[in-house]
Amino acid sequence: MSLKFPIYMDYQATTPMDPRVLEAMTPYFTDTFGNAASRNHSYGWEAEKAVDKAREQIANVINADPREIIFTSGATESDNMALKGVAEMYKSKGNHIITSSIEHKAIIDSAKRLETWGFDVTYLDPPDDGVTSLQMVEDAIREDTILVSIMHANNEVGVINPIGEIGKFCHEKGILFHTDATQGFGKVPIDVNEMGIDLLSATAHKVYGPKGIGMLYVRRRKPRVRLSAIIDGGGHERGMRSGTLNVSGIVGFGKAAELCSEEMESETIRLTNLREKFRKTIFESLEEVYVNGHETNRLPGNINISFPYVEGESLIMGLSDVAVSSGSACTSASLEPSYVLKSMGKGDELAHSSIRYGFGRFSTEEEINYVAEKTAGIVKRLREMSPLYEMVKEGVDLSKVEWQSH
Amino acid sequence: MAYSDKVVDHYNNPRNVGALDKADKTVGTGIVGAPECGDVMKLQIKVNDSGVIEDAKFKTFGCGSAIASSSLATEWLKGKNLDEAHEIQNTQIVEELNLPPVKIHCSVLAEDAIKTALNDYRSKNGIEEVEHEGHH
Repeated sequence: MSLKFPIYMDYQATTPMDPRVLEAMTPYFTDTFGNAASRNHSYGWEAEKAVDKAREQIANVINADPREIIFTSGATESDNMALKGVAEMYKSKGNHIITSSIEHKAIIDSAKRLETWGFDVTYLDPPDDGVTSLQMVEDAIREDTILVSIMHANNEVGVINPIGEIGKFCHEKGILFHTDATQGFGKVPIDVNEMGIDLLSATAHKVYGPKGIGMLYVRRRKPRVRLSAIIDGGGHERGMRSGTLNVSGIVGFGKAAELCSEEMESETIRLTNLREKFRKTIFESLEEVYVNGHETNRLPGNINISFPYVEGESLIMGLSDVAVSSGSACTSASLEPSYVLKSMGKGDELAHSSIRYGFGRFSTEEEINYVAEKTAGIVKRLREMSPLYEMVKEGVDLSKVEWQSH
Repeated sequence: MAYSDKVVDHYNNPRNVGALDKADKTVGTGIVGAPECGDVMKLQIKVNDSGVIEDAKFKTFGCGSAIASSSLATEWLKGKNLDEAHEIQNTQIVEELNLPPVKIHCSVLAEDAIKTALNDYRSKNGIEEVEHEGHH
């Protein structure tokens, strides 16, 4: 089997659409093209039927009721709705929100905006394994806390949080619990009832569906969660999110969700094996490399590795026929190193030296082997060119050096 | 962000990677940058009796543009005397490598490394050091 270049290993960024999803979507562009809100004719009814089916397929993934699925343009919008919509609706009950410092920007920036609106936000800093513990949440809860938002699985390091424990605790306290499940939805089992989840964000393009369609799960019972819409219009989605439904996108999301339900178990085993094989090759070929984040509480298809003394962008340049992502400042437009790795207590140097590898449904063992070997080769070459590596080999303690920095 | 051909060339075929004996009186060493900024350059020159740089070596921890900037610097240094070497401007490096705005600081660091190495040689050989504004 020949390799297709560049090899895609950035599955946390986005995923290729599964051909079966595309097939399911196609009739909804030109044949069944009706507006799902058209009540008076079969074009509308057919579209509505397709949407209802998708709600069910998606609800099944998290053991929710189909009526609890609200469609949005993506997880970013869902996160905005969860934070701003809940804060606005429940502000008479309290003013305090808890989240973590390694959430996706859609949560952090929404939280920052809420702060400008007068809300008080606590950002929990996870320790170096990247896990936000129940204890951390318990210690931060106040009388006036109205919402806790902790992500399910982290997009940079793949670590999975104990959201079941946190959800149950929040339930007992009568505080709403939201989780951004963008990375874990459809990949790792999630049960909104068992885990005490009141709101959940997810998006299609991380699970082999189309871009531009996501959802917010909003609990209807015990308790009934309400939120203020952030988009006003025709009152679609139970008044929570106006706008003509993206029927073809929704059908795609539904199909993608259904495939996840069917293939989650086998895919988890396959991806975990691939990931472990990758890790083993890297660790056997190179000295002093680190996996960022908890060893075992992690997504099957993600591994974020630091290669000390080698800078991330130069490593990616050497991996020119592979698509990966780096926690290095150079590769982010702002020249800031990954705030996730920094928050986890990794020094800036390690954030500059890390690569996120993401595998998925279409990754092969041949690709894994190629990339692992190539990575090892480039790291060795760059270490030979690295003044830091040279100093370490000479016995210098880098932490004691006074750098002539700018 | 696509890299210019010249940057890729220097990355794949870096000129003058290595080390000179920093204890040697004829060698000037400049180490600039910091790991937490993602850029550390070590540049060394070997000056002969006529005051001409006969060899230059570099090692860099940094992105492709940083590696290319320091590699280019060693190429340009060879054959120059101290005063000529001091004239090398970061803007020339930017032009030669087609560095985009976001990578200009790599060339600044390279110029800084050159001047630091020159001053190190000067101080080891009783010549007056030259002030330079490298860091900000």
